[in-house]
Amino acid sequence: MSVSAQTKLPKARIATASLAGCFGCHMAILDIDERLIALMKLVDVDRSPLTDKKRFTQRCDIGIIEGGCCNEENVHVLQDFRRNCDVLIALGQCAIMGGLPAMRNAIMHSDAPLLECLDEAYITGRYIRNKTHNVPNDPALPLLLDEVYPCNQVVKIDYQIPGCAPGGDIIFDTLAKLLTGKFRGFERDMIKFD
Amino acid sequence: MSGTKKETGFSFTIDGVEVTAYAGQTIMEAADEAGVYIPRLCDHEGLRHQGSCRVCTVKAGGRSVSACTQPAAPGQAVENETPHLNKMRRDLVEMLFHEGNHLCPICEASGKCELQAMAYRLDMTEATKFPYLEPCRALDASHPDIALDTNRCISCGRCIRASQDVDGKGIFGYVGRGIHRRVAVNGANLADTDAEVTDHAISKEVCPVGCIIRKRIGFVTPIGEREFDKGLIGHDIEEKRK
Repeated sequence: MSVSAQTKLPKARIATASLAGCFGCHMAILDIDERLIALMKLVDVDRSPLTDKKRFTQRCDIGIIEGGCCNEENVHVLQDFRRNCDVLIALGQCAIMGGLPAMRNAIMHSDAPLLECLDEAYITGRYIRNKTHNVPNDPALPLLLDEVYPCNQVVKIDYQIPGCAPGGDIIFDTLAKLLTGKFRGFERDMIKFD
Repeated sequence: MSGTKKETGFSFTIDGVEVTAYAGQTIMEAADEAGVYIPRLCDHEGLRHQGSCRVCTVKAGGRSVSACTQPAAPGQAVENETPHLNKMRRDLVEMLFHEGNHLCPICEASGKCELQAMAYRLDMTEATKFPYLEPCRALDASHPDIALDTNRCISCGRCIRASQDVDGKGIFGYVGRGIHRRVAVNGANLADTDAEVTDHAISKEVCPVGCIIRKRIGFVTPIGEREFDKGLIGHDIEEKRK
């Protein structure tokens, strides 16, 4: 879709964040490739790893969230995005349904599931090389949640772009259509959950 | 086609399209022959009909019926591709995603999974309203050639019918009731049964998801060349009309 005809519209503001994910969805944003130039004519980027701005400078039209919530900091960031963005987009399977981090939800079945998970990850796992024999407990580390939660179980999500990671095409197409008020859902052949 | 069938043929409509059926045919069988696709998960060609997943629910004469078990009747008006029915189908598929642990990015059936493909076809892309149940289910890798990841099982029962009716073995069966009903094997684990990788029940056509895994062939087809990369589920049936 061409967005060149829209360049005279007032610029929208977008913000992005990565929660419990692998940052692959942000890499996929870069897969928009040279169309980023057309997109940047439509938007200014506020709080985002792409700009390295750590806080919102003003209210944004669109917030894009990668990853689910696995710790308290993720929840605070997500709530901050919901407060500061008119439209919130969950980008990728981790943001939509917890994704790979949520695998720990299904394998935890003891009375102290989080403890068991951390024990296996840092102490008892067969291939662990942890000379301290401790689970990291620095006060600077955010508190882990009992489970990994998809974004829409924490705040209201307006749109979700599926994929792991979503292709640059579906991200660009969705953003371009949202920014020009033409979004009517996804083309079926662009929808992939993997 | 036999002369007998021609003599007993009759017509009915699916979404206004006239379809010919023969005595004893279900709505879905007649629709398939006519190139009209009715979504389905528990039904599979060559296996007896079960009518349990309800994804194939259509309206026939104003009543909701499962197209895979309901006999076609002369003159009946069947509704199939309506927003209301597709919404109900999407809810059913969405609930299946929430009831198991369906992690498409790590599943070797991704791209050839009928549950995933049905979600694509039914536009399952909006924020969900159901909680993820995330059950703790067993992984059985005891057999040298076959593995079972029951996290992905949707209890369609296709393996049960294939094993009983085609293979004559009865390796799989249901245990439990209600939401706890599960597919189980007839033994302590799969290695204790007489399951063989050449069984029809183990073939890639029977299990619609990534529950029955044939070892050492995972991820063999590259992304972009997998079954549902090439077209929507049901396109092979719909192409008969073109």
